[in-house]
Amino acid sequence: MPLGLYIHVPFCRGKCPYCDFYSVIPSGGIIDEYTKCVCKQLDGYKGRLFDTVYFGGGTPSVIGADNISEIIESANIDSNAEITVECNPSDCGENGFDFDKAAIAGVNRISMGLQSAAESERKALGRRADMHDVENAVRRAQRAGIDNISLDIMLGIPGQSEETLKRSVDFCFSVGAKHISTYILKIEEGTYFDKVKDKLDLPDEDETADLYLRCAELIERGGMKQYEISNFAFPGFESRHNLKYWHCEEYIGAGPAAHSFVDGKRYYYERNLSEYLKNPEPVSDGSGGDFEEYAMLALRLTEGLQDIRVFERFGFHIPEKIFEKAKKYERNGLMTVDDGSVSLTTRGFLVSNAIIGDLLI
Amino acid sequence: MAVSKDKIRNFSIIAHIDHGKSTLADRLLELTKSVALRDMTEQILDDMDLERERGITIKAHAVKLDYTANDGEVYELNLIDTPGHVDFNYEVSRSLAACEGAILVVDATQGIEAQTLANTYLALDHDLEIVPVINKIDLPSAMPDEVAAEIEDVIGLDCSVAPKISAKTGLNVEQVLERIVEDIPAPTGDDSLPLRALIFDSVYDSYRGVIVYVRIMDGKIKAGDTMKMMQTGATFTVVEVGYMRAQSMEPADELCAGEVGYITASIKTVRDANVGDTVTLATNPAPEPLPGYRSVLPMVFCGVYPADGNDYEALRDALEKLRLNDAALSFEPETSGVLGFGFRCGFLGLLHLEIIQERLEREYDLDLVTTIPSVIYKIHMTDGSVIEIDNPTHYPNPANIDYCEEPFTNAHIYSPSEYVGTIMDLCQTRRGIFKGMDYITKDRVDILYELPLNEIIYDFFDSLKSRTRGYASFDYEICDYRRSNLVKLDVLLNGDVIDALSFIIHSDMAYGKARKIAEKLKDNIPRQMFEIPVQVAIGGKVIARETIKAMRKDVLAKCYGGDITRKKKLLEKQKEGKKRMRSFGSVEVPQEAFMAVLKLDDNN
Repeated sequence: MPLGLYIHVPFCRGKCPYCDFYSVIPSGGIIDEYTKCVCKQLDGYKGRLFDTVYFGGGTPSVIGADNISEIIESANIDSNAEITVECNPSDCGENGFDFDKAAIAGVNRISMGLQSAAESERKALGRRADMHDVENAVRRAQRAGIDNISLDIMLGIPGQSEETLKRSVDFCFSVGAKHISTYILKIEEGTYFDKVKDKLDLPDEDETADLYLRCAELIERGGMKQYEISNFAFPGFESRHNLKYWHCEEYIGAGPAAHSFVDGKRYYYERNLSEYLKNPEPVSDGSGGDFEEYAMLALRLTEGLQDIRVFERFGFHIPEKIFEKAKKYERNGLMTVDDGSVSLTTRGFLVSNAIIGDLLI
Repeated sequence: MAVSKDKIRNFSIIAHIDHGKSTLADRLLELTKSVALRDMTEQILDDMDLERERGITIKAHAVKLDYTANDGEVYELNLIDTPGHVDFNYEVSRSLAACEGAILVVDATQGIEAQTLANTYLALDHDLEIVPVINKIDLPSAMPDEVAAEIEDVIGLDCSVAPKISAKTGLNVEQVLERIVEDIPAPTGDDSLPLRALIFDSVYDSYRGVIVYVRIMDGKIKAGDTMKMMQTGATFTVVEVGYMRAQSMEPADELCAGEVGYITASIKTVRDANVGDTVTLATNPAPEPLPGYRSVLPMVFCGVYPADGNDYEALRDALEKLRLNDAALSFEPETSGVLGFGFRCGFLGLLHLEIIQERLEREYDLDLVTTIPSVIYKIHMTDGSVIEIDNPTHYPNPANIDYCEEPFTNAHIYSPSEYVGTIMDLCQTRRGIFKGMDYITKDRVDILYELPLNEIIYDFFDSLKSRTRGYASFDYEICDYRRSNLVKLDVLLNGDVIDALSFIIHSDMAYGKARKIAEKLKDNIPRQMFEIPVQVAIGGKVIARETIKAMRKDVLAKCYGGDITRKKKLLEKQKEGKKRMRSFGSVEVPQEAFMAVLKLDDNN
């Protein structure tokens, strides 16, 4: 079975105040050095076939289309593979990221951080590009033939209202996005936002929940369908790579801070670029893929936990107690239960940590 | 090696807490070479970790010292150490009954405190010779002469020859030994009379069974004798008799009248060797037992439950073991709708409760949930019957109650006079009745209040200490039961009564308390899947209400480059948190929230 391939590109031009993903500001020849190291690592997987590739970060567009092409060429990739690159609109002006070159290398999906279409919110989030840059970047990608475009919208931004949220959603449809990811802002330890969180005027729990529900409603009204807690797409445009995670399928991660799940074992690289360049040794993270993990991931999807798949994979059925508990949540409108599956509703997704924890205890 | 009776001195040391009793005991052990210097640790008689840490003595301890006095004679000194705290008065009383004298230690910087007096009166009740000792004269703030005058004024003891010592540095401690020999009378008693030995303590040893500590009043006892407990009638063959040394047991051929020692006889449970009982010989029994002492009645009750229901058996074993050495601890099984299976435990007071709880958690590694402490209420029913309840769950239907009575105490508070205002204010809020105030010295007062016991069992002592920067001391005794306007408060979560949170309170305090409880619960119970009404009610009438809103958001939105471990850890945390939850009907309450409500006090 083909694997997924995740490339963590640990570079950003600057650090966004809310972000705790691993990245450094590149200098000297470090990008080339990094590319070589990733390629060398992928040489070790020549016997493996990948049918999804995802360049995440950091900001993959920072390393440029040439390096991305080089990495793609060094791996054994299926001709029908989905190849996604995350881009920062501020890197994608006329002299910026070369979408044509990327498209020739096989890139067929672009994920871009819109976060918000309201300039005041963009400022609060420290986004460097303005809305004109974002639109321009999308157009450039489309002109290069990459029309499978995903945009990220952030929820729970300081000062966010239903009105500004609607502008963000409308923008996605107006530029022809095929996929929207909606992430609730989480104040991560060690970020700048964490330091100043008391002064941020963040929407409270109830307001954020309302924004999430409203957002889902607006996106679905535009014709997309929710398929995961944070993901919406027109039919057929769901992220195949990310679905691998939720279906508990295997993938290789390359680059510092990347995680792998291969041959039943999980590994990861430390969040340390120079260590990675010196000695790319993954750290073992135990075995993966047991029922609990499978169920935890499957319940993030609208399709939920399906008995037929559970039986196929594990040779047993979904435990009765999960159905019993799910029925209790169904009465509160948080879950949907039928003979063959249990799944969370959009409202249920909002409290999915608590529900999944309860179902699996 | 028995010495002649006139060379024996049996004594206790009594003092207010922190006045240096245990340190003096250490010095006496050193001076009499009872402990090798290299083995000397501080407060050697306080061998429980908890005792050393809290600086208090919980259990009585006994030790025999050999002292060569200035007259050249060797004396056998039996030191019976006693606890200082008011909760443990009964332990003091037991120890004193085995003695002819007591050393009264008074801190030269503090003067007379509440327990100084309480213990002195106990000692006088036992007709003991009291040897005053003024301690801590090495401290710059020591006022030995003033304190000596205070002792003479307040207690009426002659202090002209009272040793002025520093137990810490060892200064003048040898004078204490001389005073013991000179002032404390030798025991009386007749070896030829039938045996009468007073059990003043007992400990359980897993190899030897119960070891009883006795003071022989009349007669003799030796290994092979058949001993008989006069109270229970149980008989045992004596395995060994001997003396308690500081760090060991020293077997002896026999124990004679006047001596203090131990007996082992393969006694299986401490209940067969009640403290206060008289030991005699089956072959030649004494006609009359010794006067026992006031049996100890628990005054404060609370439910003790294992946090993890699986630990119920372990909790019972631990309580059994603690009771072996602590006759004042009582417990019986009870069940709570929300806490499951546990025990209703009776304690002497709040310190006793805390200490037992701490020992259970520390020495037996148990995670506990305790309910709000209660006293014993007398409920007079309309049909003329009277029931006593120590558990609010058993509070009868108010329609059938004629009236209620609650225990009152006579409380003495000793304090520098500058704190009189704040102390009276505190007592007033605790429904105290002011009875009078005496000036012990020109700037120290003894304030007398009548206080309901249920007002002092929560946190009275802590409040008193914080209001007086630690200077006030406090002592109380139960005086009587009084008619009182009591109500039972019930806490309801999502409409279900949470039995473990019910308590009985004076009706004047009910509304304020109810509001605080409701707020505290609201603040401490995390949002759940549905909205939860929090109500506090008297009977069917809700007097306070709050609402815990339904949880809206608890979601991990991001997928971090396939980092499933992060999610798994979150799931584990979620499940772990769930285990620490108590299901209260349909509501789940973390233990921390439960504790927060139980700890509810004046300040929040």
